[in-house]
This record gives sequence, C-alpha cells and structure tokens, in this order.
Amino acid sequence: MAEARVIPLHGADREGPRRRRAAGAAGQAPGPVPVPEPPSAPDPEPVRELEAEVEVEQGLEQEGTGWERRLADLLAFARRRIQGDYEVDEFGFDPDLTDNVLMPPLRPLYEKWFRVETIGMHNVPGEGGALIVANHSGTLPLDATMTAFAVRADHPKRRHLRMLGADLVFRTPVLGALARKSGQTLACNPDAERLLRSGELVGVWPEGFKGIGKPFKDRYKLQRFGRGGFVSAALNTGVPIIPCSIVGAEEIYPKIGDIKALARLFGFPYFPVTPFFPFLGPLGAIPLPSKWYIEFGEPIRTDVYGEHAADDPMLVFNLTDQVRETIQQTLYRLLTQRRNVFLG
Amino acid sequence: MAPKVVLVTGCSRYLGGHLAARFAANPDIERVLGVDTEPPSRDLARRMGRAEFVRADIRNPLIAKVIATAHVDTVVHASVTANPAGPAGRTVMKEMNVIGTMQLLAACQKSPHVRKLVVKSTSAVYGSSSRDPAVFTEEMGPKDLPSSGYAKDAVEVEGYVRGFARRRPDVDVTALRFTNFIGPRIDTVLTRYFALPVVPTVMGYDARVQLLHSEDALAVLERATLHDLPGVYNVGGDGVLMLSQAIRRAGRVSLPVPSAAVPAMGRLFRGARLVDFSPDQMRFLNWGRVVDTTLLKREFGFTPRWTTQQAFDDYVSGRALRPVIDPGLVASVERGVLDLAARFR
Repeated sequence: MAEARVIPLHGADREGPRRRRAAGAAGQAPGPVPVPEPPSAPDPEPVRELEAEVEVEQGLEQEGTGWERRLADLLAFARRRIQGDYEVDEFGFDPDLTDNVLMPPLRPLYEKWFRVETIGMHNVPGEGGALIVANHSGTLPLDATMTAFAVRADHPKRRHLRMLGADLVFRTPVLGALARKSGQTLACNPDAERLLRSGELVGVWPEGFKGIGKPFKDRYKLQRFGRGGFVSAALNTGVPIIPCSIVGAEEIYPKIGDIKALARLFGFPYFPVTPFFPFLGPLGAIPLPSKWYIEFGEPIRTDVYGEHAADDPMLVFNLTDQVRETIQQTLYRLLTQRRNVFLG
Repeated sequence: MAPKVVLVTGCSRYLGGHLAARFAANPDIERVLGVDTEPPSRDLARRMGRAEFVRADIRNPLIAKVIATAHVDTVVHASVTANPAGPAGRTVMKEMNVIGTMQLLAACQKSPHVRKLVVKSTSAVYGSSSRDPAVFTEEMGPKDLPSSGYAKDAVEVEGYVRGFARRRPDVDVTALRFTNFIGPRIDTVLTRYFALPVVPTVMGYDARVQLLHSEDALAVLERATLHDLPGVYNVGGDGVLMLSQAIRRAGRVSLPVPSAAVPAMGRLFRGARLVDFSPDQMRFLNWGRVVDTTLLKREFGFTPRWTTQQAFDDYVSGRALRPVIDPGLVASVERGVLDLAARFR
C-alpha cells in the first residue's frame, strides 16, 4: 500500500441498498429482464419446482387448487424420499432435499429477521463457473447460509451456491451429512476445481475459523485470507472471482469471550461467550436481529493470466490481496452508510 | 498383442470363473488356465467349457512350474478379494491376498514368456475419511494409510505390483481399481448387506456409494486382457447413490446405530454369519468413496453400461428382494389422501 485510499462515503451504489429488487432488475442489461416477483406473493418457491408434475383439474375453485396442489407436492415429495427416487451428484448434493426441506425454513430468517438486502446481484453470472469470496463472521456460519439463500432466492437464474467447508464440518455427525446434501464440500483444491470446471457457482470464506471466531472488538477487520488456495483454484479453471462483502453478520452473536477449556473438551476451535450465551442458555442462542447487507462486487477476471498462472506465487499473492482489499474497502463503505446496527 | 495362453487366478469365484468362461469362448486364445484352491461349482465349471482347471495354491511355488511349463503369456490376477471364506477366514484371506500375490509375481518374473499382467485391485486403496477430496483421481493417495483389513491388503498388493513392473519393464501391467461390485448374481459383502431386511447404518452419517455392475467389471477385465492398456485405472459406474437412498430403493428399513456401538454390531453380524464387515469397510459406511473415471473412458476406452443407480436397481430386481416397504402401498396411500382431500373441497 503506497498511499492511503479514499473511501467514498456515497458510492455509486448508494441508491442500490434500499431498492434491492429494482436495482437487480435494472442492472440486468444483457439477457431477458426477469419478471420481479410481487413481494406479497405467498411463498411461490416450493410450488414452482413441481408445477409440471401436478395435473391441474378443470373447474376447481382458486383456494381449492392452492392448498390441494401443495398437498399433492408434499405427498409426491414424501413418496420420492421414501422410495429413494431422487438424484444425488458425486459430491452428495441433493437438490430435492435442499429446495424442499433445508431452504424453506431460512426464508423467514432471511426476510423478516435479518431483512437481508443484496446489492450487485447482477455481478453474479447466470451460468458457468464463478467463485464467490466473502468475509466470514458471526460465531456461527449464518453468513454463509444467508449468502447461499440469497443466490438461490434473489438471483434471476436461482442458482445453487456450492460452498466449501472446513474439515470439522464433515467430521461432525449429522452436520457433515447435511452439509454434503446441501451442496457443500471440503475446502480443498481438487474439489473446488472440479466444481468450477463443471460450471458451478462456488462460495468460499477464506478467513475460516480466524474470521468467524474473532472477538467482537475486531469486527469487520479482515483476517488473513488463508494461503490463497482459492485464487489458484480460480486461476487453474479461469473463472471470475466475485468479491462479496457481508455487513450485519458480525453483530448476531457478539463474541466477547472464549472458554478455551470447554473448546478443547468438545474439540471446537473456540467456545464463544456472548452477552446472552451461555448465561441465558438456549435463549442466548437466538441471533440478534441485525440488519444485513450482502454486496457482490465487480468480478475479477482470472482467464487473462495464461495457463500456468497458478504456478506464479507472486501473482497468487497479489490477486489474494486485491480480493481482500476490495472486500475490506466495500465493508468500510457499507459501514459508513449504515446508521444503525438493527435498523440499517 | 492378443494373448495365446491366459492364466486366471481365483477362478472358483464369480469374477475369475466368468472371466475364464469368456476367454474359453474366444477362439483366438489357445489355452485358458484357471487356478484356485478349491474347484469351481458345477455350474461355473460347465460355463468355463474348455478352460483347464488347475487346483493349486498361489502361495505355493508350484504356481511357477504351471506358468513356466504352459508358456503362459498373460496372467490375470483376479483372486484378491474382500470376502473371507468364513468367520475365521480373515487371516487366510490376508495370506491369500498378500502372500499369494508375492508368489504369483515371483513366478511371473521368472518366466520369460509372460508379456502381460492384469491385476484386479480396489478403490479401497484410497481409504475413506472426512479429510479426503470428494472424488479420487488415480494420482491421489490415501490421507491415512489403511491400518488393517482388505484396504491394507490391496495397498500392499499394489506395492508389490509396482515393484514387479519396475523389475520387468517388458511386461505390460494393468491395475484396475474397482469400486464395489453389485449385480443380480455376484455375492459380496455389500450384496449381503443390502439383502438384510433391516439394514444397520452409522447414525449421523450418510455415505456416498459408487457401484459397478458385475457385467461391466467382467468386460473391463476382458478388455484389459485382450488389448495392451498398461496403467492404473479407476473403474466405477457413473453417478452416486447415498447409502440411505440405496436402502430406500431396495425397500429396506435402515437402523441407525450410534458409532460407539458399531464395532459391537459388526461382531454380532459376523458371528451370526450374516455380513462380515472389516473395520475399514465400516469406515466406508461413514464416508463412502467416489472415484473419477475420466481416464477409464478416455484412455482405456470403456464406458460402463450401467450407471450406479441402474446397476443397483438391476441387483434389487434380479435378486427379487421383496421390499419391506411396498411401493404400491406408498402410491395407494398417496392417492387415497388426495382423494380424501378432493372430497373435502
């Protein structure tokens, strides 16, 4: 860093955060303009997937078709699950389960509790491989879950985000199995490159436990970005890197302490103490309702560096720094624009 | 170069026997020798036709005499197995797998006629853990070396095969790393496992399972013998089944067992002669294993005819497994509920 950077207080995207849907539609210049969903539509998500399968009988009342179709969907889903009649990819990703069971409960959390606003969704490509790199925070990885939900629910192509997780996740019973079924896989270069080559949208949180478990006083201070493995994965596959800045997740569980002995006992990387946890017991596990912004930045191209670019460590370091700086600057800008942690 | 005299080890088992039968039906091959410690069943012997059965133990130096006097030019080592003969058969199995391979390779090295060696190995050499990449390619190794059981045997066998290839560079060596076999007739640990009415699984884990139809396995072994395709290849069907999904497709009921109780459960099943799982196979039930078959398709030139799902469905219908949960019942319940709902409209 030769000179200090000026952080624009009122960036180009300022009108964006407030008008998420309008901005998303307007920014989508190439390709067909997606029809914005009416915000009051009664949860069209699970129905849409199965519409083709359901026969709509003639002359039914409007209310009758609604709940009846939903019942039919539910039964068809139950039958598929009981008979094992669904497809799973080689990573163990189960789209049927993800869309019908794992995603729907996140909607109230996303829309009502954190009131997530996405900015720059047009920077996420509609097809082909891309690597979303984001800051990690919040003691529990809710930021990753919310980003995945945002891409699934708010992106015009409704893409699945394939996240790269820590070894600890996959070692843990139940959690590990669920993580695989929801499309996650181990954060290692062979898996990342395999996903990117097959044209998937991959999400990575390179700070890892250093980022998610940092104390509250260090909030919004980016930690070291691993060893730049994500950059070499992107370089090897030539996909763009999309820096993603998440504001709001730092405040959901303000980690003011760490009980090292308990962490060691359970094999966790940390055992968090928040103002409400563990003193209020399970009540303390309720996240604080902070207001969230998720901003997807301009894609950084990696296909311009040639074939063996990943073998050049200096280039990998520089690109890692560039991604990190972009996210840090965007975080500072979003923070200066935020007036209140809970009201936004 | 087409082989003239082929020797197949393990010819009293499903793969070896059917492979010998295929070679016997091939007029280009002059002589087919099948080796095993016990004679093949009458049905298998009839299939094998003109193939000659040699009752020999490959752990015995006698095998060298067989290879030398018959001018064997191609050896198919198909006897490395994961299925012990009986509850006490594990030590014998290890002896057969490892010591047998050593003797066989020693005999091959001595004989100047041997031109080609095909080894049936297994994808178990990659191990199975939470720290592994989701899909194994041929150049990857296991994170922790398997410490016991079949996987360790297979790693050692492959080690000896590599040593042999180094000492006899004129011999084409093909090592095939198969995923688990399945099919209507083949008998493996996994086919017995899925035939249990209540299938025990490890609580909180769901393995990714990749399978290979036994017919595809035979076709791959045959192709490796008839053509010169040296190298190491992963062999598995396309696609993946989750363990829970496979159990559901077979109409079975899964019984999740806490991982602490799994070893005891394994001993119980072994004692009851139902399924004989070794510890490394139990780890497989935790994590599963998927291999990349790009090399098989591109360089070896073989695409399995059955996907994992199709192979499994063929096994279920071919074995006539009566589903514990009847699909017809499920469908009729669904219809009934919908009819009822229509009445309330």
